[in-house]
Amino acid sequence: MPISDEKVAELKKIAKKLRHDIVLMIGAGKPGHLGGSCSIAEIVAALYFYKMRHDPKNPTWPDRDRLLLSKGHAALTQYAALAECGYFPKKELETLKELGTILQGHPEMLRMPGIEANTGSLGQGLSISCGIALAGKLDKKDYRVYCVVGDGEIAEGQIWEASMAAAYYKLDNLTAILDKNEVQATGPIVERYDTNPHPEKWTAFGWHVIEIDGHDIRQVVDALDKADEVKGKPVMIIANTVKGKGVPFAEGKADFHHGIMTEEQYQTARKLFED
Amino acid sequence: MAKQNCRVVYGETLVELGRENERIVALDADLSKSTMTRLFEHEFPQRFFEMGIGEQNMISTAVGLALSGKIAFANSFAVFAAGRPYDQIRVSVCIGKVNVKIIGSSCGISDFGDGATHQGIEDIAIMRAIPNMTILIPADGIETRKIVRAAVEYEGPVYIRINRNEMPDVVPEDHKFKIGEPYVIRKGEDITVFAHGYMVFKALKAAEKLEKEGISLRVVNVSTMKPIDEKAIEKLAGGVKGIVTVEEHSIVGGLASVVAFILRGRAIPMEAIAIKDCFGQSALDYEQLLEHYGLTEAAIIKAVKKILK
Repeated sequence: MPISDEKVAELKKIAKKLRHDIVLMIGAGKPGHLGGSCSIAEIVAALYFYKMRHDPKNPTWPDRDRLLLSKGHAALTQYAALAECGYFPKKELETLKELGTILQGHPEMLRMPGIEANTGSLGQGLSISCGIALAGKLDKKDYRVYCVVGDGEIAEGQIWEASMAAAYYKLDNLTAILDKNEVQATGPIVERYDTNPHPEKWTAFGWHVIEIDGHDIRQVVDALDKADEVKGKPVMIIANTVKGKGVPFAEGKADFHHGIMTEEQYQTARKLFED
Repeated sequence: MAKQNCRVVYGETLVELGRENERIVALDADLSKSTMTRLFEHEFPQRFFEMGIGEQNMISTAVGLALSGKIAFANSFAVFAAGRPYDQIRVSVCIGKVNVKIIGSSCGISDFGDGATHQGIEDIAIMRAIPNMTILIPADGIETRKIVRAAVEYEGPVYIRINRNEMPDVVPEDHKFKIGEPYVIRKGEDITVFAHGYMVFKALKAAEKLEKEGISLRVVNVSTMKPIDEKAIEKLAGGVKGIVTVEEHSIVGGLASVVAFILRGRAIPMEAIAIKDCFGQSALDYEQLLEHYGLTEAAIIKAVKKILK
């Protein structure tokens, strides 16, 4: 059943709120992973506020669905969503990267409730997700594992080790989302280190592939729902996205992979996402 | 002295523990016939995961299993288990103190035939450098049983180094193994020999010979290489005329480094027997290779006499 217009509007609003908090967390004059965080705002909003079974009051609930950002540098989006859900007080969002904070530059499971694993050394999150999915099969649990990987990240060989394992073990309780924002730290993927073609690669490795516009809430939701119906195969949702989506001066710019906003840019960006 | 093969004992112990505790799962990277996890696979096919020849994915998958409540044993040769997935062990296992047990089988130069590529002589140095890691090295089959059991009871990352070949029993059956505790295997007053793994046996042989010459060796089994009980090492190094360390590992970053660091500032002579910062090579016989790299009772005797001269 397609979701209601009201729900779409709500998720859009949440994605906007996540972008607002991303900008707020980074602030002016300090570097932060703006680009890769903004490209997954709709995906993360749809997961936490539509798709996933989870309980902010019980972050280690054994039956919860899991989300791992293998591209851990985009953690700002997850931090914003976890705070919005109530995993920790929103006030904490003001402490990004401060000494002793729960908001580390890359996510740490022992510091922040709701973080499933330590990721950000790229290429590892998909394997960890496979392990969680294997355990789910072994324990006959019906939770689902979601893992976001980057199109720059998949140059890591371990991603392909994991992709083979996921297909071999028929992990149909695993949905991966490729954030195809087409820009890596040093420039456009096609110019720097082209990891294309994506659908062909994942299909050849034994995955069920769905391609969507990763900023279209309906398409994101629809793909996440369709993934549930696939049996005997892991699902890869290739989400075509824009790095820095929503922040005009950052869109498609490698400089904002880990860029610094001027005070003016910061104020501009904040206003964009205010209600 | 009865002899046992530690990897066989490991495989059998894992099965035994697997019967007691269904949270235990095992992963292997196509070496289960050597690491002996095939025994576990045979008994618990659902709880064994063949990960193909991909150690990085194996370690991170073990992390996912452990995060879901399993006690995950990831197995390969020491050289591959510690070397290839270094960053996976560092980031996905150790920062989060995840309950993964890594088995470095065919350690040191015990895989004598396969040559330098397969001989793990830097694994302890690599694993020691990572915070939150525990490193255990059994000296024989008896201690292998105790160590694997202790690793299951301990919640957190553990690296266990297992020899490929038969080794004589040296640890008393009634010894209460405790992680972090170096202990005396043979009492003595003239020189303290710190050793681990198969080198404990070599030290005991040296001690037997030297006893006939009126020299007594205190042989200490440092079967936990991390965490190191510095006070215990200092105490065991006390009241003697010198120290000898013996290890089937590179001289860089292993037992010699650790003991020298702990005893820094003390005016006590020390000799180190280890592989001298070079790679291994093939040989047709384990003992011949140990002799080539100077890991023998004769080398221990020579080091002791050098100190006492």
